[in-house]
Amino acid sequence: MKKTMMGNYAASWGAQLSRVQVIAAYPITPQTLIVEKLSDIVADGELEAKFIKVESEHSAMAACIGASSTGARAYTATSAQGLALMHEMLHWAGLARLPIVMANVNRAMAPGWSIWADQNDSLAQRDTGWMSIFSSSAQDILDSTIISYKVSEKVLLPTLISFDAFFLSHTVEVVDMPEQELVDKFLPPYNPEYKMDVKDPRSFGALTDEQYYYEFRYKMQEAMDQAIDVIKEVCREYEELTGRHYDLIHAYRCDDANMIMVTSGTIAETTNVTVDKLREEGHKVGNLQIRYIRPYPKQDILAAIGGAKKLAVIDRNISPGYTGIFSQELKSALYNEIDIPVRSYIAGLGGRDVKIEDIKDIAYDALEHDEPSDLIWKGVKK
Amino acid sequence: MAIKFQKSDKPIKIEGAHDMPPMPAALGSMLFNKTGSWRNVRPVIDYEKCIKCFICWKFCPEPAIKIVDEKPVIDYNYCKGCLMCVEECPKDAINEELEGK
Repeated sequence: MKKTMMGNYAASWGAQLSRVQVIAAYPITPQTLIVEKLSDIVADGELEAKFIKVESEHSAMAACIGASSTGARAYTATSAQGLALMHEMLHWAGLARLPIVMANVNRAMAPGWSIWADQNDSLAQRDTGWMSIFSSSAQDILDSTIISYKVSEKVLLPTLISFDAFFLSHTVEVVDMPEQELVDKFLPPYNPEYKMDVKDPRSFGALTDEQYYYEFRYKMQEAMDQAIDVIKEVCREYEELTGRHYDLIHAYRCDDANMIMVTSGTIAETTNVTVDKLREEGHKVGNLQIRYIRPYPKQDILAAIGGAKKLAVIDRNISPGYTGIFSQELKSALYNEIDIPVRSYIAGLGGRDVKIEDIKDIAYDALEHDEPSDLIWKGVKK
Repeated sequence: MAIKFQKSDKPIKIEGAHDMPPMPAALGSMLFNKTGSWRNVRPVIDYEKCIKCFICWKFCPEPAIKIVDEKPVIDYNYCKGCLMCVEECPKDAINEELEGK
C-alpha cells in the first residue's frame, strides 16, 4: 500500500512492521517524531510492545541492551548529542552481540548548536561493532529497518540506520508499505540460542581476562565478514517479496564511467540526478553510493569502480586534522588494488544545502584536474 | 567444534574462539569457581540476637545470604567477606571473625 510519509515516520512504521517488542527512547530533534509516533502506536494498542521512557540516551541504549539480552526485539532512535551520549553502551551492545536496530537522524554535533544534517555523529561511532547504513530515501529507511532485524539476528550484531536531518527526516515522500503478513513471512519472531532467562540463570558480560577477550574480538570480526554475504542474501529475499532491490552499495551508471563520484545519504540521490544531467552534456560520469560503511563492502566497491580513471568523493563530514571519512575509507580500500587519483570534497556540513549545481561544480572540478587531492572545501566562505 | 551453550559444573577446556559462545557469557564457572576463598574476615550471624528482618539478605551484594527455614543463612562458598551485612544489621547480630590460615 502506497502512503505519503516523512522519513521519520518511515522509521516508525518500519519498526512497527518488524513487530519490535521493546522501545526505549529519549527525544531529541530531529528524531523526536520517530518515537512519538511509536508511542502513539503502542498506546493505541496497534503494536504489542513495551514503550520505556528513560532519562537519557545512555539509559535508552542500556534498556535496549537489557531487553535484547532476554531475547526481545528492541528498537530505539536518536540523533547527534544523543548518539554521542550512548557511546559507551554502543560498544556494549556490539560486544554483547545484541541484534538491536537503531535509527539515527544525522545531525551536526554542537557547538554551535545545530539541528541540521551532518554525518559526523554516526561516523564517530564507526568502531563500536555496529553494522552501519546510510539511507537515502524514506522507502530505504522503512525497508532497511525490516531488513536489518533479519540480518542482525542472523549474525548477532546491532545495526545503526542513519539518515539526513530534515532533508529526509522531515521530507514527505511516497513509500510503499509492505503488508504485515508479508513482513511476518520474511521476519520470523526472534528466538536466540543465547539469552538471559530466569529459569536458566547465568551471567553475561562478566570479567573476561586476556585469555579470552582477544577471541571475542576475533569472533566479532568473523561475524562482520559473514554479514556481507548475509546482507546480500537477505536483500535478495526481500526483493523477491517486494520487488525492491538493496545492496551494500548502489552503483548508478558506473559501468562505462570515466569519472565516478562516491557519495552517501541524500547527497547520493541528488548526485544520481546530476549524473543524468552530466551524461546529457556528454560527460561519462557515474555515482557510487556507499550504503554500508560497516561492514565495509570493499570488493563490491572495487568491482563497481572497474576501469574508471578518477574518483571524486563527497563527504558531509570531516575528521578534523585529516579529511572526509568516506574518502579515507575509500582510499584505504584502493591501496594495493587500484591506482587512480582520488579527489576528496567536503560539502554540506551543518545542513548547508548541496544542490545539483554544487555537485555539477564538483564534477567539473574533478573532470578538469588529473591530480589527486586530499581536501577540497566546496562552498566554504573563506 | 563449538561448545554447546549449556551449563557445566566442571571447568570447560577452551582451545580457541570456536569453543566459545559469540558473547562473553558464563557457561557455569561459578558452580566450581567458589569465591569464598577470597575472604579474610568471616561474618557470623548470632541467631540469639537476629530478629529476622532480612536486611542482611537484602544488602548482600554477592548475593551469598539465603533464606533457609525462615532464617538468613550465609553461604560461605561465595561470601567474599565484604561485611556489608555487619554494617547494615540493625541489631549488631553479625560478628566478625578472622579467617584462620
